[in-house]
Amino acid sequence: MKDIKMKLNTLITAAVFSLTASVGLAESEIHVMDTTVFETAPTAMAGGGFMQIMNHGDTDDMLIDVRADYPRVEIHTTEFEDGVAKMIHIEGVPVPAGGMATLEPGGFHIMFMGLQGTPFVLDEMIPATLVFEHAGEVEVMFKVVARGEHSTMNH
Amino acid sequence: MNTVIIGTTTLAVAAGFGFFTWFGGNETCGDTAVAGADIGGPFELVSETGETVTDIDIITKPTLVYFGYTFCPDVCPLDSARNASAAYLLEDQGYDIGTVFITVDPARDTPQIVGDFADNFRDDMIGLTGTAEQVDAASKAYRTYYRKQEGDPEYYLVDHSTQTYLMFPETGFATFFKRDHTAEQIAETTACFIDQLS
Repeated sequence: MKDIKMKLNTLITAAVFSLTASVGLAESEIHVMDTTVFETAPTAMAGGGFMQIMNHGDTDDMLIDVRADYPRVEIHTTEFEDGVAKMIHIEGVPVPAGGMATLEPGGFHIMFMGLQGTPFVLDEMIPATLVFEHAGEVEVMFKVVARGEHSTMNH
Repeated sequence: MNTVIIGTTTLAVAAGFGFFTWFGGNETCGDTAVAGADIGGPFELVSETGETVTDIDIITKPTLVYFGYTFCPDVCPLDSARNASAAYLLEDQGYDIGTVFITVDPARDTPQIVGDFADNFRDDMIGLTGTAEQVDAASKAYRTYYRKQEGDPEYYLVDHSTQTYLMFPETGFATFFKRDHTAEQIAETTACFIDQLS
C-alpha cells in the first residue's frame, strides 16, 4: 500500500513538474526534476533542497538564484578537506547544453535559512522560483520527504 | 571567501589518522584504527533538558560520537542519519549502542534545538551543547576541528570535522569512521569491537 502510494506520489509529482517546471527558450531548454527537501526537526533553523536539472537546449545555462518565502535562500556546495566539511556559498550551478546538473547531499544544494517556526513537514510542498541565467525563471515545488531510515548513501 | 584553514589542529588530526593499525595482540576491526590515539576523555556539556552532564553520564554503552551543528542542512544530517542507521542495524543484531551529536555552534544550538535535531534521526540520539568553553574543551579532547566562517551574524556557517568516534565506557576510544564509511561498515566494525571487548 505504502509502495503504491509512493509510486502514485512520484507520478503526480512528475506530472506536476512536466506541466510547470519546463521552460523553453530558443537557446536553453531547462527541465527540473525531483525537487525535494528533507523534513526537519520542529525547531530547525535551516534545511537543504535538492534536484536534478536537465538542459535540452544547445546553450550552456546556469542556475543563479533561488527565491522562496524564507529570510535567506542561497546556493551552496560542500567541500571536504582532511575530513573537514566546508559549506561554500557559490554564484551558481552550471547546467551544460545537452547535459544535466545534480544537486544532491554532499554536493550542490539549496540552503533555505531562517526556518524558525516553519519547519519542513513531511509531504508538504514548498514553492520556490529558480532563476536561470538564460532560461529565466522556473516555478517549482519542493516536496518534503523523509530521510531514509536505513540511508546508506556512500560518496 | 573565508575558506582558509588555520590548520594546525586539522593537520595534527590528519597526521594522527594515517592508516596505522593497532596490533595490540587483538584481531583488528575495521580499517581506520589509530595507534595509541589519545582521543576522548572527560567532558562537561549540557543535555537537551538543560542539565550539565559529563562523559560518565553520556557514554554508558558503546557509543558513536559526532560533532556538527544543526544549521547545516547537508553534511550533518546526512552523517547523523547514517550513524542512526548503523545503530538500527546493530539493534537488529542484538547490540545496544548509543548515538551522540555534539554541537560546535553553541551560540545558536540551544539544548532544545540540538535535542530536536538529534531526535529527528533516532529517538534516543543524545544532542549536547554547552557554553563556548565547554564545547571547545570537548572538541579539543576529541581532536576535532571547527571554525565559524566570517559573515552574517545570524546565518553564518561553521567548518567542522566529520569523523564519527566509537567510544566505550571503560576503555574510551576504539576507532573512528570517516564520512564515506557506510552504515553497514560502521555496524560491522562496531560489532567486531563489542565482541572483542566484552
